[in-house]
Amino acid sequence: MERLPILKIGQMLLVSIQVDLRDDMVVALQEDLAERIVETGARGVVIDITALDIVDSFTGRMLATIAALSRVLDAETVVVGMRPAVAITLVELGLSLDGIKTALDVERGIRLLSPAGGAAR
Amino acid sequence: MTAQELPISGDADVVRVRQAVRAAAVEAKLSLVDQTKLVTAASELARNTLTYGGGGGAVVEQVTKGLRKGVKAVFHDKGPGIADVAQALTDGFTSGSGMGLGLGGARRLVDEFAIETAPGDGTTVTVVKWAR
Ligand SMILES: Nc1ncnc2c1ncn2[C@@H]1O[C@H](COP(=O)(O)OP(=O)(O)OP(=O)(O)O)[C@@H](O)[C@H]1O
Ligand SMILES: [Mg+2]
Repeated sequence: MERLPILKIGQMLLVSIQVDLRDDMVVALQEDLAERIVETGARGVVIDITALDIVDSFTGRMLATIAALSRVLDAETVVVGMRPAVAITLVELGLSLDGIKTALDVERGIRLLSPAGGAAR
Repeated sequence: MTAQELPISGDADVVRVRQAVRAAAVEAKLSLVDQTKLVTAASELARNTLTYGGGGGAVVEQVTKGLRKGVKAVFHDKGPGIADVAQALTDGFTSGSGMGLGLGGARRLVDEFAIETAPGDGTTVTVVKWAR
């Protein structure tokens, strides 16, 4: 199965979703990310969904699970790049994405996570 | 565009159904937001067909009403059916491990929504989204 690549950038992990997401890839990503967070001691995870043309309940639940899971492993998750049409649809679908940090793009997401950007611990 | 019959028997098929619905929505000149709403609804319904219906298929086609164009998508399976449709449509109700948002959410995202189902007799969900 095709797996989503996880890049390490400094203290952060970056996942840039560039393909049509299959549910099995989404499940694999949760496991891979948990492993990589522990392995690398990363303090932040940036998930770039700029290329995603929809976020449905399954993907939404995955994002929430990753956020919760990374928190338990002492890392913070930011979802970046949500398209306006996707945001509008998510709200109407009934997904609130409560508890998920978001930013407009990767740069802002990284700033949000880096100590100077306010997420100091 | 003629009706397209697509099988739904695995995760990759759900992706294919989304792509077919997107192509039809672009062709019918739905706005970007309406395309996104319809594709999201289709994704929810295709996954339900797979997860609860045990697999089945989707028929995607362009429809017209006067000068208006739209896209119709029908999701069908020969699974266990839904005994209590009102309950299934309620946000938050799930018999599995979902969030119970798919069916009710899909209904909100489209212009026309119909369910035909009976216990033991499978489920057919039909949705239509019209260009504005
Ligand atoms: N094709 C189907 N065949 C049989 N039962 C179905 C079918 N589609 C939906 N259901 C029933 O309706 C319930 C609600 O569906 P819905 O899509 O709203 O939620 P979910 O799939 O459980 O969770 P989510 O979609 O949020 O991931 C399901 O849990 C299931 O019991
Ligand atoms: Mg569902």
